[in-house]
Amino acid sequence: MTRPLLSRIAETLYWIGRYVERADDTARLLDVSVHRMLDEPETSSSLYAVLGLTAAPASPQAMIRRLAYDLDEPASIASSVSSARDSARGVREVLSSEVWECLNVTWHHLSKLETLPPHAYLAFVRERAALFFGLADATMSRDDCWRFIVLGRSLERVDMTTRLLAVHLASDWRLLLQASGADESFTRTHGARDGAVLEFLLLDRLFPRSVVYSLLTAEKCLRALAPETARAGVADSAQAAIGRVRAGLEYSDLDELSDRLPELLGTLQEACAAAGEAITKRFFQRREAMAWVGA
Amino acid sequence: MADIFDTYVMAGAWDEMFERPGVPRGQYQALFAALQPLGARELRTRADQLARMFTDRGVTFDYAGVERPFPLDLIPRVIDAAEWDLVTRGVRQRIRALEAFLDDAYGARQVFHDGVVPWRLLHSSPHYHRVAHGWRPPNGVRVHVGGTDLIRDEQGVLHVLEDNVRTPSGVSYVLENRLAMTRTLPTLFSEQFVRPVEEYPARLLAALRGAAPPGVADPTVVLLTPGVYNAAYFEHALLARLMGIELVEGRDLVCENNRLYMITTYGRRLVHVVYRRVDDDFLDPLHFRGDSVLGCPGLVNAARAGNVTIANGVGNGIADDKLVYTYVPDLIAYYLGETPLLPNVETYRLDEPDVLDHVLAEADQLVLKPVDGAGGKGIVIGPVATPEELAAVREAVREDPRGWIAQQPVLLSTSPTLVGERPAPRHIDLRPFAVNDGDDVWLLPGGLTRVALPEGELVVNSSRGGGSKDTWVLGEACAPAASAAMAAPSAAQWSPSRTAAWEGEQQ
Repeated sequence: MTRPLLSRIAETLYWIGRYVERADDTARLLDVSVHRMLDEPETSSSLYAVLGLTAAPASPQAMIRRLAYDLDEPASIASSVSSARDSARGVREVLSSEVWECLNVTWHHLSKLETLPPHAYLAFVRERAALFFGLADATMSRDDCWRFIVLGRSLERVDMTTRLLAVHLASDWRLLLQASGADESFTRTHGARDGAVLEFLLLDRLFPRSVVYSLLTAEKCLRALAPETARAGVADSAQAAIGRVRAGLEYSDLDELSDRLPELLGTLQEACAAAGEAITKRFFQRREAMAWVGA
Repeated sequence: MADIFDTYVMAGAWDEMFERPGVPRGQYQALFAALQPLGARELRTRADQLARMFTDRGVTFDYAGVERPFPLDLIPRVIDAAEWDLVTRGVRQRIRALEAFLDDAYGARQVFHDGVVPWRLLHSSPHYHRVAHGWRPPNGVRVHVGGTDLIRDEQGVLHVLEDNVRTPSGVSYVLENRLAMTRTLPTLFSEQFVRPVEEYPARLLAALRGAAPPGVADPTVVLLTPGVYNAAYFEHALLARLMGIELVEGRDLVCENNRLYMITTYGRRLVHVVYRRVDDDFLDPLHFRGDSVLGCPGLVNAARAGNVTIANGVGNGIADDKLVYTYVPDLIAYYLGETPLLPNVETYRLDEPDVLDHVLAEADQLVLKPVDGAGGKGIVIGPVATPEELAAVREAVREDPRGWIAQQPVLLSTSPTLVGERPAPRHIDLRPFAVNDGDDVWLLPGGLTRVALPEGELVVNSSRGGGSKDTWVLGEACAPAASAAMAAPSAAQWSPSRTAAWEGEQQ
């Protein structure tokens, strides 16, 4: 068994994984949406809706400002980076210094880049997210610290990929692939065929940003974090929630999937939320708030 | 040849580097020779590089909620082996005397019965905790870590300014400063043997493990921090990482049946030693401040029951109060039968009536300090104080003589410090760190040299915009071959070009 991890630290690591992935995915989402929004302003409001935000700003520019730079907007890239950095600051002792420095430097640089064209800012965010996960990959032991980061990243990735699919449901599939960094992998796998895009982003077992791949990764983390001892069934409710939805996806008929896509995306989101709650309950326990009055 | 020290004008205080203009003291000669050929702009570039490295690495100090890089000056402070030997023996002597005093004060109280120290000193101390009475820690150690502040006067004599035996901080900057210096100016180290500082975490961990409750073969040690908003949080995180122990906050801990546990993803895990960086007042709401959420309810009882060791000890504040400081020479004589090796600064105790009158009359010539202040807070330097400040401090002293001491002003020594593109003299002090493992008091060779960056400023605290310097203790062996501090000799053997590359950097 690996060394026990403080619950607070486990929780923080899980959220660092989520925040960095969220910054990355939001940058990808914005990058491919910007051009479309200029042509079709109504895209802004649908993008807003799937990100769970209300009151869409009037112009695409205002929208980019809010989603990229606005520190008062919890869903913005700047907020995600700032939260990741603040969280990392609180668990520095379990991160490698390279990983911590990567987040710290990213955070210090970010506000200076607001004057650049959005694309440069968004590209910087994606690069730094890649650097973060790359450094974590290269410098951290494959212990529970690592697993909580990857678990957070995987669940966030499922969540964001489903949102991406939702916003660009009826749009250009090329954009969708680009936003997932998947266009080249896709072409090598399927050639220039539009039809298989949904299959690729939902079900491909080899592409790391696909929903199934991310669900499998999350399950693997959870199994290692809480080894099952029961002979039958799955006692861990986070594992159960993820496993159920993953199996449902894998055993579905593809045509059927595209017919009921909106419903399916909703189910996936719910499963991620349920898994998140179960993880919190199982691993992130805290001391009860103190109940007495001091002398 | 242009020389960065050409424009250096000594400040009238003892200068650490120069005996007289242009003539460096013995221990500084190699450093002087290495720095002299550097151009002013080159020096500035290195300094900027250093500052950026600190920002990137997050080597910061929180002041009033703002995270600031702790400025590191490029020009090190150098202490020769003989003087360091004196510092080591002198600090060790004080720590041993203070340990004996604490043991006595919370035990037999013989020192008070014998009239060496007045009873009122104990009873009036806000840091005296009844709960600590009769409580002996497992290996007898209460000062696991001590930080003793030293200053050098105009004659070049080192004096003790104060002792810190509660939770002295700053050691992380010693470690980070050295790392940054070896990266920024590696060649500086090649000419002489600078004693390495990286032994500290291992020494500290050994002392903490050694303080575990008896019978625990493999103790679990944790570092308790107030959290990310504490000024010294950077240090807490660094030490925890270097020691490989958990950095816990109060909310990670729970006490049950007089045992302490930390809450992990696998449930509760027993804890045996807490290196706490939380003040007594916040340690345990059952005994101290009831509104504190920084500590853990039940911790003190668990410690009293002998199931967990708290380091540094609870109630240590009675030994580093600035009024007790005035008695330390007496304590050294009383407990150790020795003569103090490091003198105190001349200090007046205001609880004696005629002394009080004298001090009130001469306040404009003296330094007045609250006995309990930290971080330079509340200090009034008479000769530079405004009439309003003097009136206010006179009033405060009259109302609470126990709360203040007065000292003769000491003009702190200066050290060349990079200001803009040129070195200029700035006042400094030194905080060596001592680790007591029960058998031996070990001193980290070096310590934290703090610099008062504003010209003429005599208070060096970081909260007053202070910076720091890498502090070199030279080894006995000054042969260049012994420069183990920098290059791994084996690396030099198979890759001689490496040294050449460093040489190139100096252009």
